[in-house]
Amino acid sequence: MIKNQEYLSEKASYCLDLAKKLGATDSSVIVSNSISETVNFRNKKLDESNRSDNLAIGITTYIGKKKSSISSSNLLRENLDTLIEKCIETTKNTPGDEFNSLPDKDLLAKEVKDLNLYDDTHIKNENKIEYLERLETSASSDKKIVNTESSFTEDKSNFILANSDGFLKGYKSSSFTASSVIVAKDDKSMERDYEYTSKCHLKDINDAEDLGKLAAEQTIKKLSPKKIGSEKIAIIFDKRIAKGILSTFASAISSSAISRGTSFLKDKINQKIFSDEINIFDKPDILKGLGSRSFDSEGVKTNTLKLIEQGVLKDYLIDTYNGKKLNLKSNGRCGGTSNLYFDNGNISYKDLLNSNPRCLYITETIGHGSNIVTGDYSVGATGFLLENGDFKYPINEITIAGNFKDMFKNIILANDLEFKYATNSPTMMIEGMVVAGK
Amino acid sequence: MSNFFEKSDLSRSDAESIISDTLQKCDDGELYLENSKSESILLDDNKIKNSSYSSDLGFGFRAISDEIVAYSHSNEISKNSLKQSSENLKSTLKSAKGVYNHELPKSNKKYYENINPIDQKTLNEKIEILNNVNKYLREKDNNVKQVTANFLGEQKSIEIIRSGGETLTDIRPLVRFNVTVMLEKNGRKETGVYGIGGRKSYDAYLKEDNWKNVCDEALRIASINLESKPAPAGEMKVVLGPGWPAILIHEAVGHGLEGDFNRKKTSAFHDLMGQKVASEGVTIIDDGTIDNRRGSLTIDDEGTPTEKTVLIENGILKNFMQDRLNARLMKTRSTGSGRRENYRHIVLPRMRNTMMLNGNHTQEEMIKSVDKGIFAVSFGGGQVDITSGKFVFNCTEAYEILNGKIGSPIKGATLIGDGPSILKEVSMVGNDMMLDPGIGTCGKAGQGVPVGVAQPSILINKMTVGGTKL
Repeated sequence: MIKNQEYLSEKASYCLDLAKKLGATDSSVIVSNSISETVNFRNKKLDESNRSDNLAIGITTYIGKKKSSISSSNLLRENLDTLIEKCIETTKNTPGDEFNSLPDKDLLAKEVKDLNLYDDTHIKNENKIEYLERLETSASSDKKIVNTESSFTEDKSNFILANSDGFLKGYKSSSFTASSVIVAKDDKSMERDYEYTSKCHLKDINDAEDLGKLAAEQTIKKLSPKKIGSEKIAIIFDKRIAKGILSTFASAISSSAISRGTSFLKDKINQKIFSDEINIFDKPDILKGLGSRSFDSEGVKTNTLKLIEQGVLKDYLIDTYNGKKLNLKSNGRCGGTSNLYFDNGNISYKDLLNSNPRCLYITETIGHGSNIVTGDYSVGATGFLLENGDFKYPINEITIAGNFKDMFKNIILANDLEFKYATNSPTMMIEGMVVAGK
Repeated sequence: MSNFFEKSDLSRSDAESIISDTLQKCDDGELYLENSKSESILLDDNKIKNSSYSSDLGFGFRAISDEIVAYSHSNEISKNSLKQSSENLKSTLKSAKGVYNHELPKSNKKYYENINPIDQKTLNEKIEILNNVNKYLREKDNNVKQVTANFLGEQKSIEIIRSGGETLTDIRPLVRFNVTVMLEKNGRKETGVYGIGGRKSYDAYLKEDNWKNVCDEALRIASINLESKPAPAGEMKVVLGPGWPAILIHEAVGHGLEGDFNRKKTSAFHDLMGQKVASEGVTIIDDGTIDNRRGSLTIDDEGTPTEKTVLIENGILKNFMQDRLNARLMKTRSTGSGRRENYRHIVLPRMRNTMMLNGNHTQEEMIKSVDKGIFAVSFGGGQVDITSGKFVFNCTEAYEILNGKIGSPIKGATLIGDGPSILKEVSMVGNDMMLDPGIGTCGKAGQGVPVGVAQPSILINKMTVGGTKL
């Protein structure tokens, strides 16, 4: 059983009281417990079971403008006493910073919204096994499939966030995740692909057979890939890759990158950085949303932000510290975005595939090739060559490159948005990117 | 040495009997206890941004029957908690009928001292060094617009208790010092990153000439990038410099030679044992025994002493890296490569310090032999798709080579290649082998572990460079 609110609140209050007694002028604490149970299958047989029970506490103490923090997984009182003493001692010896402070009181969340993020259902390992058996049987129907590895995870967590200004709130959340990684082989090649489903509520996850079938089909399609030549070409990004481009945008407008001057989007507020058709939202109150939350990791209430409106940058992602530095109010984005998404575009998926006589459809990228200081982008990629909307053959061992400043202006979106992850994009096309191959 | 039972209602003998009872019909398994202390001090934007300390305590209980691994971990070292974990393992392995393997090689060698780096310098001393770093860099070059510098220090104490009560312990110090500098000139911004570290005290890395050297390197890389031109796109010859560029070896062949992927036959190398997988003259080892290196371990996380494992000898594939589970299933022995990020994670076969040994060419010879290509000196990260064998890494310092001469610096670009064939494209191996400065972290299945790499300069006949200039 995960620890209840009373247990976590009691620990949080104890820490705040002790920090105050030892000389902290302000303090904040987060106490959390999560229990996760995973079953892994390989080639239709049980491979691994894993149960994890994680306790964690993080305390930040302030003495005036001086600040320090500690974290631990040991919640025994004696250990907490030692750690808080150490934290206060370190705080005293750390130079002050004029922007250090708790969030403004009037920005703190007044309530925990009921966003339906917790499903109390406990699915026994036997039932996880039954799901995985169906998944892997469905995934293994083709002779080309040589290895299947699938897993089912049930996660339950609870937390309390508290600070010395009287904030003390938290809530439970859950997730149920099933995934399958498939390896297929023919005489020329061996390829891997995957599919997965993750939801707050058990009854919302994908059917096991459908998941297995999709993962297997996607893998087989990649067999016997070719390498193409180097050229300038239009690129279509599958949704699972397009969301990564949206995440890069989010890192580039974080108040920390902006205040430190290390983002290619610094000083671009109220300027057009995408085309007219592009709108980007960050919406924290989607019911059962994988990124939904009532407040950020400092307790600041979160409202929906329209980050890009008709191509124009309207807001940064602001936390308390960097907000004070930029002379802006926190908008509750300490810890990042919530449910971030591109609004749907105007054309169908099919029309997008048909919009160029020849283009690449990218399903996977590898490498850490996004530079948010310069906006340069260069990654390894695999996918398919498309001709007149038809998938001709798989391609690999190529790179795709460009600069986000140009790429953003050239984004065209399909109208097939779905909420599969916390960050979501419709299928995306960018023209004029450079592919390096043979 | 941590006494994990001191403040618990669980005594050592209670623990031993629960372990032996749980593992009696299993092939292998152990209780792994861990207590780690770590600190991080960060200077950024002219200020000490963060000073934090963390202490982490917990156990991971593992039982293995045939191919099945059951694992349970918790932060509470108590009778109740261990019993609950035991029930959990037993329920997964109801039908276990193995015989516990008590065999475990022994060694008295140690590759680092029992020290706690965190206590060996006061907070004020550490803050002073970071402030000096900031001042030094900003005074040295007017174009410096941002400096980030940080210390990470850690001491990890582990104890492994096996069925029957056999107990192994290790205390592992680890420190790292990193500097990132951003320059701005004529509206253009570029960064340079450099760092050092290993399993010694801070003093070994932070004498004045040490940290100044780290600053100078970061600044040099950033300055070169300010002058860089767009990188070329397409297949060409690549000369790699010595040291850290060996992450090519780590990504291209290292991961593919880990036991688990080969037992499961999902590695592109699984059917190539004893065959030629690299040019003659290419020898690659994975070594956990180099004193005080970031990737070194006295024992691995299953208690096996580490060793120097020959992976590829003169072009021929000789060994995979093994933990106990994969070694047993592949009917071979553990190479002391069983590692985990911490007690929350299961053991996997992992790399330690992966190194390509010296050949007899010089870097000059290599560059002279290239008509059109690139010379790559420093890298960010890399990644590999084990199954297709395709791997990438990102250049952070590279130059054009034209007609045998080093030309202009080029912008960061991704290089992509094919693991099983890339080492056959190595046409010259240099005589200038260097270890990396001690900064590598390898990720696999969501677990990060410290690793090292080393190599001499090498010439690769053909790789795809992912630039923008056609």
